[in-house]
Amino acid sequence: MPKDHGIGASSKRREDIRFLTGRGVYTDDMALHAQAAAVFVRSNVAHGRIGKIDTTKASAMPGVLAIFTGEDFKDVGGNPAGWLINSRDGTPMREPKRPVLAHGKVRHVGDAYAAVIAETVAQAKDAAEQLAEDSVIEELPAIVDMKAAVADASNRVHDEIPDNVCFDWGWIEDNRAAVDAAMKAAPHVVTLNLVNNRLIPNAMEPRASIGEYNPGTGDYKLTTTSQNPHLTRLLVAAFVLGIPENKLTVVAPDVGGGFGSKIYHYGEEALVLAAAKKLGRPVRWTAERSESFLTDAHGRDHVTKIELGCTKDGEILAIRTETLANVGAYLSNFSTATPTFLHGTLMSGPYKVPHVYVNVKTVFTNTAPVDAYRGAGRPEATYSLERVIDQMCRELGLDPFEVRRKNLLTPDQFPYQSPVGLLYDTGNYQATLDKAVQMADVAGFEKRAAESKARGKLRGMGLSTWIEACGIAPSNLVGILGSRVGLFDAATVRVNATGNISVMVGAHSHGQGHETVFAQIVAEKLGIPESSVDIVHGDTSKIPFGMGSYGSRSLAVCGTAMTKAVDKIIAKGKKIAAHMLEAAEGDITFEDGKFSVSGTDKAKTFGEIAFSAYVPHNYPLETLEPGLEETAFYDPANFTYPAGAYICEVEVDEGTGKVEVVAFHCADDFGNVMNPMIVEGQVHGGVGQGIGQALLEFTTYDENGQLLTGSYMDYPMPRAEDVPFYNVDYSCQTPCTHNPLGVKGCGEAGAIGSPPAVVNAVIDALHRGGHTHVKHIDMPVSPSRVWSAING
Amino acid sequence: MTKVSMTVNGKAVSGEVEGRTLLSSFLREGLGMTGTHVGCDTSQCGACVVHVDGKPVKSCTVFASDVAGATVKTIEGMANADGSLSVLQQSFQDHHGLQCGFCTPGMVMSAAALLAENPRPTEHEVRHYLEGNICRCTGYHNIVKSVMAASGQDVSALAAE
Amino acid sequence: MHNFDFAKPSTIADAANALAGEGAQALSGGQTLIPTMKQRLAAPGVLVSLTGIAEMQGVCTGDGGLHIGAATSHAVVAKDAHPHYRALAELAGGIGDPAVRSRGTIGGSIANNDPAACYPSAVLASGATVVTNKRRIGSDDYFQGLFTTALEEGEFITSVVFPIPQKAAYVKFNQPASRFALTGVFVAKFANGVRVAVTGAGNDGVFRWKEAEAALSANFSASAISGLTVDPAGMNTDLHGSAAYRANLVKVLTGRAVTAAG
Ligand SMILES: Cc1cc2nc3c(=O)[nH]c(=O)nc-3n(C[C@H](O)[C@H](O)[C@H](O)COP(=O)(O)OP(=O)(O)OC[C@H]3O[C@@H](n4cnc5c(N)ncnc54)[C@H](O)[C@@H]3O)c2cc1C
Ligand code: FES
Ligand code: FES
Repeated sequence: MPKDHGIGASSKRREDIRFLTGRGVYTDDMALHAQAAAVFVRSNVAHGRIGKIDTTKASAMPGVLAIFTGEDFKDVGGNPAGWLINSRDGTPMREPKRPVLAHGKVRHVGDAYAAVIAETVAQAKDAAEQLAEDSVIEELPAIVDMKAAVADASNRVHDEIPDNVCFDWGWIEDNRAAVDAAMKAAPHVVTLNLVNNRLIPNAMEPRASIGEYNPGTGDYKLTTTSQNPHLTRLLVAAFVLGIPENKLTVVAPDVGGGFGSKIYHYGEEALVLAAAKKLGRPVRWTAERSESFLTDAHGRDHVTKIELGCTKDGEILAIRTETLANVGAYLSNFSTATPTFLHGTLMSGPYKVPHVYVNVKTVFTNTAPVDAYRGAGRPEATYSLERVIDQMCRELGLDPFEVRRKNLLTPDQFPYQSPVGLLYDTGNYQATLDKAVQMADVAGFEKRAAESKARGKLRGMGLSTWIEACGIAPSNLVGILGSRVGLFDAATVRVNATGNISVMVGAHSHGQGHETVFAQIVAEKLGIPESSVDIVHGDTSKIPFGMGSYGSRSLAVCGTAMTKAVDKIIAKGKKIAAHMLEAAEGDITFEDGKFSVSGTDKAKTFGEIAFSAYVPHNYPLETLEPGLEETAFYDPANFTYPAGAYICEVEVDEGTGKVEVVAFHCADDFGNVMNPMIVEGQVHGGVGQGIGQALLEFTTYDENGQLLTGSYMDYPMPRAEDVPFYNVDYSCQTPCTHNPLGVKGCGEAGAIGSPPAVVNAVIDALHRGGHTHVKHIDMPVSPSRVWSAING
Repeated sequence: MTKVSMTVNGKAVSGEVEGRTLLSSFLREGLGMTGTHVGCDTSQCGACVVHVDGKPVKSCTVFASDVAGATVKTIEGMANADGSLSVLQQSFQDHHGLQCGFCTPGMVMSAAALLAENPRPTEHEVRHYLEGNICRCTGYHNIVKSVMAASGQDVSALAAE
Repeated sequence: MHNFDFAKPSTIADAANALAGEGAQALSGGQTLIPTMKQRLAAPGVLVSLTGIAEMQGVCTGDGGLHIGAATSHAVVAKDAHPHYRALAELAGGIGDPAVRSRGTIGGSIANNDPAACYPSAVLASGATVVTNKRRIGSDDYFQGLFTTALEEGEFITSVVFPIPQKAAYVKFNQPASRFALTGVFVAKFANGVRVAVTGAGNDGVFRWKEAEAALSANFSASAISGLTVDPAGMNTDLHGSAAYRANLVKVLTGRAVTAAG
């Protein structure tokens, strides 16, 4: 019988009620008294020198309240990169300033160089159009292609950076010679050149921000579409505008999806605050979707050469990669960590590989900044590995299932120190592979392939076995790796006098359902109904601290902080109970919401204890403070390591090249599962995005740096018709050993494991159909690409 | 500015609009009914779908003036009279058919229109009908399931297809 | 979007008067015009809505075939044309999505003549007549290249008359983002021959594939065109497919349309 409440139950989401009745409150839904509208003037050239911006006409237009240009912000700070990465030669990365509004040069189409504040959006747009006409931007040649950017030192995105390279990173540099030697000695070497296609995150709620300022107190408030309000507060306050943190509240209300793109601080947030201060009125900006396309941080965009050295029977001996990673025009907050420590450290996958070396050069181009997008670095690593392993099988005539089995780490090898710096705590990769094979009825594939053939379609099957490092944390570890912030988390559990509970958490839910799941955990631990627990998130004035939600960290890191705070509540409750029951503290046990004296029937309910903490008539006031509220900060000992095996089946229409995913099976190990319904939903969403990357989505800038896929007319988003029902299993569980919940995180798995499974399936289908000349097709494996590959 | 009147969720409403005022803006800004969302500027995402005279319509792609006198239904009008969730809304909650909730109002309105036309749609029919509603969170699995379940079909086996 | 005055006449005559004015433009379903205005690519001074004109609504049979009022929505055509001209109804039912079909109209689609739109292929393959407030225009004269038609200033479509073929089918291959036709082929078999019209592929908009028409008029089966080739020179190349790819689609989809027509 599945549980119907508490840990492990598929409790229904309480947040759904407001979303299903139109009562959610997203940033753009708030209408504040006397609110003014901000509209940005954005560059329509990719690269240009800003000349005179004549504000005379625009300022005089109806409703216009203020105009800002880069000049107004030239003396405040830039929006910083969160991670310092050193190049192979030990020199630090190049870190150009990222201003609130472009100053001197514009560096990508959509780069804002001015902003108009007016009474209404329409008036601000009219004036912005005028201002664009009255601005002189001298167009410079655009730097779009990464290889050309590196080769041509005369053309620079940032004048002070000659070769447009941010850094040239080697991981692990000291192992390089040994890897080269192992590769040289390998009986067989497989090489693939891969493009990991640039994606545009497309959270369905466009970014929006409202700035407020109270001249009477000097307090600022920023309401914004953020995955991590505290980080945004830190960046805006300490780095950009120089506001004391105690004078700035950041609120992230209901947020309509993030997928990475709303982790980062963007200039629009600083602008609305500055404008609110100048005008003494709230100022709101809401992105139009076309602005989102141009300015949300994009994802992926790697060009990789991967080599794999192996024995003739498929034992992997060495892996070496060389990657160009696009960072776009400026360094977004996590952009330097994504292609390095979230990518290079995963390059041995779930396999025992003795020698691995990763080289990544990050390149500035006149395109939108690129940063972490669902999976962030790990999908790129997984794709490279799983594609090259498939190619190895093909070249050597080996079975892809057998080859993976041969190379996977075995359960007795944990904890496992990988050659690229990670310490895997637990796992059982055979179990998930076996499970996937069973779910997919691999044995019945030939029969299904024959049926497809009878319908004129080529059927193929693709496998990927993958691992990720999640629960992005250990501050000491990320500190060594270059992070400039800590990655712990925090929670406060406040028991109210009447026994109900408010929990303030540093994680932020923008679809993940924390309000439900976190409440399940607290309710279970305290033996009270879930409905007695409320989760408060997304407001720096209410929450102790937090580093937000991304990297599948909410439960593993913040959930643990919350659990520790609950433990403190129980510990204090025991003290109170001991006093009330006139027993020794050591004799008090807590179970099913009751504090009892062991071996007796003397007990106090949780509610009674809470009441006495707030009405301390009979209370150990000499030794114990009244009240029942505890805060815990938690910094884990390690990353968590979810892993799994995915199997995809596709049908290919040879006439049109169209690929249809006809079955998708996921066997995941997420450690312990708190709410199965939500875990499944997370996997579905991730796989949907992974299929999108594999088959549909791409981002094209032309040679002048114009974004050609800047709307849903040209950027193919996966729709309901493009994906199948997914078959999801999470029964293989090796609980994480270093957090008390034993959880690993599930938010990114689907997006990490699925793209190579899809592409491997397509290549398999084509080979089965006799198109054996097709070695590889870059993502998205679109109809025209498949057709061209077949007929090429 | 001209005055338009219409019936929204059973109530007569009116307001001053410009020629260019879209139905979505009239609802959100004019009437303060922010359940209807705007997710794009090219009429593709479907977050803004409402019913106009019983038909699904992208409220971002129709002028308020052009539907003067019409009967409009939005997500705010979908619950039962006593405020409880309708069968379709309840099915979305039961089957986890939403995550961030941003696409949800449009999804529910489109799905309601489908069920009005076709009370027992197949999986393919549901997917096809929702072609104009983009969801970035759910991978659509649980949305399709929610809609099929709301039509009274047994969806317990679907997950393990 | 720039502001404008809004008018909603209820007769063709009133609409003609309103549209004769300076800066006036017709608004039908708005499913193309409104997004265009949002991008500030169109800025009419007066918008004249045609959807309030009863005589421009609906589907009925009459002289010359099936008459469809220009302001009839795709959804209504999908339903009401079905008993008379199934391929046309199915085409209408495959345009965009249900919400687009609730509003978008045949007149707006044909007036706009988007090179990736569906209706133009049906009009051309059926040899339909475009009826305006001023005259009747044969389909071969009506379409004049990308977004260009025979319509003159102040002229607007009031209905379209479709001869009903013996057999017909439309096969559309979606552009993966917009879901318009990357290529769509409409095949219509009449007693006096077969017409094949292709949308989405040609670099000058909708066109007739005359070689296929000849071959299919002689033998209405998919195999009849297997020896033909489509010259990529006349095809469009964009992000979603090269000219060669589209040339292939024209042939593949024509074959499939013939099979579907039965
Ligand atoms: C998301 C989406 C998906 C779509 N998918 C498809 C698709 O798959 N296939 C497809 O074919 N189309 C598609 N369309 C376009 C849709 O069919 C439009 O409805 C159609 O192209 C225009 O018709 P309308 O009635 O909306 O015209 P409007 O947008 O009102 O007008 C379009 C143009 O025609 C003019 N006009 C309108 N009516 C007349 C008239 N009677 N006489 C003269 N001029 C007139 C207007 O002034 C304007 O210039 C899609 C649209 C959207 C938003
Ligand atoms: S907001 Fe209406 S379709 Fe996107
Ligand atoms: S639930 Fe977030 S977009 Fe659909």
